[in-house]
Amino acid sequence: MHVPDGFIDAATSVGTGVVAAGGLGVSLRKAARALRDFHVPLAGVTAALIFALQMLNFPVLPGVSGHLMGGALAAILLGPWMGAAVVSVVVIVQALFFADGGVSALGVNVTNIALVTAFVAWPVFRVVLKILPKTRLSAMAAAMASAFVSVLAGSFAFVLEYALGGVGGAPIGTVLGAMTGIHALIGIGEGLITATALGTVLAVRPDLVQGVADVELSGTDTVPTGRAVTTFVLTGLVVAIALVLFVAPFASPHPDGLETVAEETGFASAAQEHPIGGPLADYQVAGVESETVGTIVSGIIGTVIAFAIGLGVVAVSRRRARSA
Amino acid sequence: MTALLEVEDLAYTYPDGTEALRGATFSVAEGERVALLGPNGAGKTTLLLALIGIIQASRGVVRVGGVTLEPETYPEVRRRIGIVFQDPDDQLFMPTVWRDVAFGPANLGLDGEEVETRTKEALAAVDMEQQADRAPHHLSGGEARRAAIATVLSMRPDVLVLDEPTSNLDPVGRRELADLLSTLDTTQIVVTHDLPFALRLCPRSIVLNGGRVAADGPTAELLSDTDLMAANRLELPYGFDPGTIAGR
Amino acid sequence: MSGVHAHALHYHGHSPVHRLAPEVKIVAMFAFVAAVIATPTRAVWAFGFLAAVLAVAVGLAEIPMGFFLKRLSIEIPFVIFALAMPFVGQGPYVEVGSLSLSVPGLWGSWNVLAKATLSVGASIVLSATTEVADILSGFDRLRAPRLLTAIAGFMVRYLEVVVSELGRVRTAIAARLGDLSRRREAATLAAVSGTMFIRAYERGERIHQAMLARGYQGVMPAAAAPELPVRWSGMVAWAASAWVVAAAAILTT
Repeated sequence: MHVPDGFIDAATSVGTGVVAAGGLGVSLRKAARALRDFHVPLAGVTAALIFALQMLNFPVLPGVSGHLMGGALAAILLGPWMGAAVVSVVVIVQALFFADGGVSALGVNVTNIALVTAFVAWPVFRVVLKILPKTRLSAMAAAMASAFVSVLAGSFAFVLEYALGGVGGAPIGTVLGAMTGIHALIGIGEGLITATALGTVLAVRPDLVQGVADVELSGTDTVPTGRAVTTFVLTGLVVAIALVLFVAPFASPHPDGLETVAEETGFASAAQEHPIGGPLADYQVAGVESETVGTIVSGIIGTVIAFAIGLGVVAVSRRRARSA
Repeated sequence: MTALLEVEDLAYTYPDGTEALRGATFSVAEGERVALLGPNGAGKTTLLLALIGIIQASRGVVRVGGVTLEPETYPEVRRRIGIVFQDPDDQLFMPTVWRDVAFGPANLGLDGEEVETRTKEALAAVDMEQQADRAPHHLSGGEARRAAIATVLSMRPDVLVLDEPTSNLDPVGRRELADLLSTLDTTQIVVTHDLPFALRLCPRSIVLNGGRVAADGPTAELLSDTDLMAANRLELPYGFDPGTIAGR
Repeated sequence: MSGVHAHALHYHGHSPVHRLAPEVKIVAMFAFVAAVIATPTRAVWAFGFLAAVLAVAVGLAEIPMGFFLKRLSIEIPFVIFALAMPFVGQGPYVEVGSLSLSVPGLWGSWNVLAKATLSVGASIVLSATTEVADILSGFDRLRAPRLLTAIAGFMVRYLEVVVSELGRVRTAIAARLGDLSRRREAATLAAVSGTMFIRAYERGERIHQAMLARGYQGVMPAAAAPELPVRWSGMVAWAASAWVVAAAAILTT
């Protein structure tokens, strides 16, 4: 997901640079105003943590691995402004010092990985949390949904940038299909990690989480039963995957079932995991704007419904477990 | 001897209701070295935080060199009372040792030359001038401990307070630290579990328990008082007899 | 996790480039990268000249070629997907052996490989000749947002602390649970991430207390004046040569 130099043309790089600088500037100002100043060392140590966590890969498909991006987690824990700033710092340091992401692509990478993810994850988290009963499990569900959606949103932002100024002449439909497919899977991993991590924090120090600062959550001092959590997560997973595959429109005048090497997804150490390509679901997408918007909207709605369903299943299974 | 630091009836209750300090009272004269002893949960760390207003006491007064602690005087009190916290990794947060030691004077608004003078002086006092450009995470435990002390010395405090300075030090490191501290002529308060260290360095000890001062007197006497020790959950290392240490 | 160690980025030396003030080198890097990006893809000759300009910097910085190439190889994983472009791009196509490759895709691959390599090379010259702490001071003096460089400073300082903590946790997990499947390990690490955040928060609190105790009043003290003289002329000449190449390429394409 970290775009290198030369992938996006100069004009678009400059444009996204302006967007990123503006968004980051706003985030910094709002973060500085809203939070006590001890959040400077906290932000730094959290940035170090996210950097370290990004080095850990998780399996996404046989032979394909993804890594945590952290925008959703940072936003839920620290609020959208500080969260965006923290992940921005990670991305910038990675580009300048570790060759992960091009220097000229900083605008693109900061926008997609830090700003879009944090600014999408936060409202999705808050909205889903509002709808669901106020329990720790709901917060975890909201975290999963928001992380999933945030990853997809970041990938859509990339596709948009590519449509505006990408080099190499790949058809937008193919790019959209490939990016969406891989990022749906990465999004599931990101969702699971974000939800689990949040669950732990809520169990021990719920007062640290900005995302639930004004919400009284019940069930924070008890550990949810393993079965309940597994059922919920599996349900969410199955429904999310089904929706992503199902909802993508599959009409295309030029079916071209190609296996593509999509993009780098891991960077543990130079010696270890490399970007891994792999077979993807044949994704036919008619690269027309309205269809794309429709896909996005239905994807988001579908995900939210998925978790409501998941939660319902959990509630039922818990009742049954209790009466067993 | 005039009292340099006066603490009167200091009290603090944590938001969750724990009464960590319940009216601690003591004073320290200029030039003294005092050990602050007590079991875990006695309120020692709370006392340190309250001493410089990092947490606000619900009751009581702190006075250092005649300056009373209140929000307007925080900067002045924090200059006069220099606290070296327990974990050097928390104390050394800048990229290099030099910048960490310079942080205090820089915050005092001193000009560049003065900051440099004080930084050099503090580094020399702890024998870390050669390591000034190193990154903190490359220092050994003993070096980090000395660097942490330098970060406070550069502010030229009137009272140097150290929180568990011997934790994570091997016996030689402990002895070297005691030697170092005895060369510094600042008034010192040392919070410690290390009773031999306290005996070695500090003629006087204050025992804190349950948020109050339970005892205050010559270290050798306190450590020899078996009832007092037991009552405050203090225990000497196996085989250690304070009575056999040559009179101080 | 070998990518973490900042001292592996830096190559100790006393070359003229080492002795430049960091803000000069930062601007040089960005100016060079801008020239690279501005150079049209098809002016293949121009990239050769740009590489020569970069080589001048590498030479002046007295960076050994072995070190430089080794650092450059880190970039490889990130551009590998650029190799996909000839297979994915649209027509016109060209036959290469038994493969039908997209011409815009081939140019796209070239664009990424050439520009990414040159750009990474420039950032290597910067990080090899300038300590991270100094780079951050340089950004401070270039008026980057103070909050940003402050966060970055803390991040760099505590990166190794956090990474070794994470490493210890993974060891503890391995010791207790033996060899886990990747999935189980990932799940355990996810839960651990939450704990790590709590520790990060508490550490942040303690650092803040230490900062307050040393007079911190909400604003990090200004970056110290540079110990090195700030000379822009040499850098300007160097960057200008890159831009001359870029301009020539633009005008002749």
